[in-house]
Amino acid sequence: MSERSDLPAEILSWIGQKRYEQVGEFDVERGYIFTTCSSVQNGNPIFWDDKAAAEITGGPIAPPAMISVWFRPHHWAPGRTEQALPLQVHFDLKKALDVPEAVMSDNTVTFGEPVRPGDRLRTWQVLRNVSTPKKTKLGTGRFWDIDVEYVNQRGEWVGTESYTGFGYRKAPR
Amino acid sequence: MSGAEARGARTGGPHLTVGDVREDQRLAPLVHDVTATTIVLGALASRDWRPMHHDHSFAVHRNGTRDIFMNTPTQAAWFERYLTDWTGPKGRLGRMRFRMLGSVFPGDTMVFAGTVGTVDVDETGCGWVAVDVTLSVADQACTECAARIAIPTGPDDNPWDRRGERWRP
Repeated sequence: MSERSDLPAEILSWIGQKRYEQVGEFDVERGYIFTTCSSVQNGNPIFWDDKAAAEITGGPIAPPAMISVWFRPHHWAPGRTEQALPLQVHFDLKKALDVPEAVMSDNTVTFGEPVRPGDRLRTWQVLRNVSTPKKTKLGTGRFWDIDVEYVNQRGEWVGTESYTGFGYRKAPR
Repeated sequence: MSGAEARGARTGGPHLTVGDVREDQRLAPLVHDVTATTIVLGALASRDWRPMHHDHSFAVHRNGTRDIFMNTPTQAAWFERYLTDWTGPKGRLGRMRFRMLGSVFPGDTMVFAGTVGTVDVDETGCGWVAVDVTLSVADQACTECAARIAIPTGPDDNPWDRRGERWRP
């Protein structure tokens, strides 16, 4: 029996599909790059020295680990009434499977083309898999794998964040 | 003085190459005293406005933690800095896998420690080092990071030049 065969049709239809595609609210910019490097005292010259950046990375780039920064929404924006949730597919699964609790058990980030000042990135979420019901010490639920993929304005892949979540009902005490 | 250090002396920083690295090699630890500023600065730099990363009262009374705590993107930035401090600027991160075990609070002393796993050159000629890094506080692991980072195979190689099929992180 397939791991997926007992899933609601709605969830089956999500697997492998690009969802919640969005373009970043602003261009990648050096102010945040400097602030991030400063916050962790990262003196790597490719972020601070234009000559080193030109020689080593073909010009200024953003620290790869900043990839998700470019999609975090402003704290406030005119006319906005609802705050978008990052990793919306995760919350959709909680609701569709009627599981009140969820945790992230694993997070992997893979980096592609360098992200550069002036880039405008695009992202989407893809549900890769949902397990059959599992019993853990937290409770009974399902594991799911979600990829958040990022490309630049030329469609070049710049990175993927992969999450494994576990949505569950607490084990009775 | 190692080969990498000798090259660094000429170029203003380390330039680690595959020949400088061996399996089971330990990286020098990085120690940093965490303040509320460390936490808040990292949260704002990563555009994370959630109050548990800047509002002591919210963190204690709503989250039930002892104080505000460091967010995941800030930890990722610290891991990146630790790794590229070691490799030098030609080190190019391919992948980081995180396992979160505990939180980092103001007043903690973070210690980053790393050990080299495998060292190899892929079929495109790219040099790769696997490094297991642990962020600990008071000898308790808070976060584990399994990283895969590309470093030059020789003085004329530069992983940042790789594009498309020649970059397989």
